[in-house]
Amino acid sequence: MNRKTMYLKIILSSLIRRRSRMMVALLAVAIGATVFLGMGSVYYDIPRQMGREFRSYGANMILAPSGTDAAMRLEDARRAERLVAEAKLVGATPFRYETMYYNMQGLTVVGTDMVAVRKTSPYWRIQGDWPVEADQILLGTDIAENARLYAGTSITLECIPAGGKKFKKEFKVSGIVRSGGPEDSFVLMPLKTLESLMGKPSMVSVVEMSIAASSEELALLAERIQAEVPGVSPRPVKRIMNSEAAVLAKLQVLVYLVTVIVLFLTMICVGTTMMTVVMERRKEIGLKKAIGAENKSVIGEFLGEGMVLAAIGGLLGVGTGYFFAQAVSISVFGRGVSPPLFLVAFTLVASLVVTVLASLLPAARATDVEPSLVLRGE
Amino acid sequence: MKNILELNSVSMIYGPVKALHDVTLNVREGEWVAIMGSSGSGKTTMMNIVGCMNKATHGTVFLDGEKISRLNAKDLTAIRRDKIGLIFQQFHVISYLTAVENVMIAQYYHSMADEQEALEALERVGLGHRARHLPRQLSGGEQQRLCIARALINHPKLILADEPTGNLDEANQEIVMDIFHQLHGQGSTIVVVTHSPDVASHAQRVVRLEFGRMVREEQPVERHVA
Repeated sequence: MNRKTMYLKIILSSLIRRRSRMMVALLAVAIGATVFLGMGSVYYDIPRQMGREFRSYGANMILAPSGTDAAMRLEDARRAERLVAEAKLVGATPFRYETMYYNMQGLTVVGTDMVAVRKTSPYWRIQGDWPVEADQILLGTDIAENARLYAGTSITLECIPAGGKKFKKEFKVSGIVRSGGPEDSFVLMPLKTLESLMGKPSMVSVVEMSIAASSEELALLAERIQAEVPGVSPRPVKRIMNSEAAVLAKLQVLVYLVTVIVLFLTMICVGTTMMTVVMERRKEIGLKKAIGAENKSVIGEFLGEGMVLAAIGGLLGVGTGYFFAQAVSISVFGRGVSPPLFLVAFTLVASLVVTVLASLLPAARATDVEPSLVLRGE
Repeated sequence: MKNILELNSVSMIYGPVKALHDVTLNVREGEWVAIMGSSGSGKTTMMNIVGCMNKATHGTVFLDGEKISRLNAKDLTAIRRDKIGLIFQQFHVISYLTAVENVMIAQYYHSMADEQEALEALERVGLGHRARHLPRQLSGGEQQRLCIARALINHPKLILADEPTGNLDEANQEIVMDIFHQLHGQGSTIVVVTHSPDVASHAQRVVRLEFGRMVREEQPVERHVA
């Protein structure tokens, strides 16, 4: 029998025939690996998961006319949109700003896509209904309060378009919008309706885009749009980007800290168990040394036991860690997560490193055992 | 016959206690020597020095012509491994290894584990049929025979036994002493530390220790054969 086979026989026999004691250490490694893989999966998936969540904050990229132009062609904005990967584009909404009058008072009237805007501005609160007919509008909450208007009433707007004929048209207020932003002072109507009244079809003032991407990806995308679509000036919304980045960073630090603490606790648990094992096995260690085991053999056997524990515990942890990651991700984000393969390998390596580190001190203690003292029963 | 073991003016001092005082002893190759004495006489101290588990405070010790009294711990481990077969009063075995594996582990630390040779060693001590049993499945006498098989497996220059029958009943004591006789007949050098006159009576020479001093050397009392 070669030395490797005998070595394996010694450490496996020790683990198998003394399994009740080693079960504690095995459990600690398995729990550590479970949490490591689970939290690690969440850590790496947070940007993707939160990217979608963050889109409820609103648009994070504005397409504006380049130079001093007041408007841009909608077709140019659509070209810019097509540069965004379909999976990452949550929504893109065109806006056209005009001025109209109600009772001689100037109001900002915004024409937009009433379906798309719900994706880019999901935080808008509508009292009443979204417009579905060409003559239906949304009133900003400030205007509605000042004019004492509410959903279901009518409002007559008038305007003289540049180079056009003065018109006066009655609209039905389908709902009151509250956004906490400038929309509270706007009148919002379907883009087609505004175009039919003001002329200049297919021209828009801005397009708001909501993209599930990191700040770095947005910056790269902006550069690409700038270079490839003349007439459009892309502007990432720094306020949104920065707050997203800050929240992401804090979440990741939190997950990181929890993972580190769990690994540390695992190390303490494994180390304590191994130290107890060394104390319990002082006679056995003394006997081994008495019959000729060198210190490196004693250390090697303890580390070997630790490594087998780490391998078994790590594999168990990878299995349970997958389900733990699913449970955490579904309960927090409402979506599942698949641990990346490299993280599985990293979990096994981390289990090994933590267990070996935890076993180093007990193994070193084992070498202090004097065979003569132990064999005399002291 | 050359001396396999030489102790020259060996003393061992633990703090204020002089456990061994100026002991000089030679053991020739193939000789069977018993070291006798009551509790506290220095028997175990002498056993630990000869067994390379402790170093003498004063004096020199030669084993197989090699001066071992000033070797470091690593070299003493090598001497224990290569030249000494240790047998203890308490049946020190590794609980999670089978009988044959307990023998093989001594081979493993020495050089290479050879299962066949280990099985033959167990056969020699009458444990061939118990080779795959764990120590807890063996009786005290069987465990002691297992320790003897383990002590012999690396063909030591010196078999050093500390009260080898101290925990055995009469029947098992006879079995163990028979094994020692066989070993001695095959040319093994045996040093037995004991307080039992009966065990000592098997030896060719008896050395008496009292209060750490070697007081006399005598021929064993002739054994009464029933």
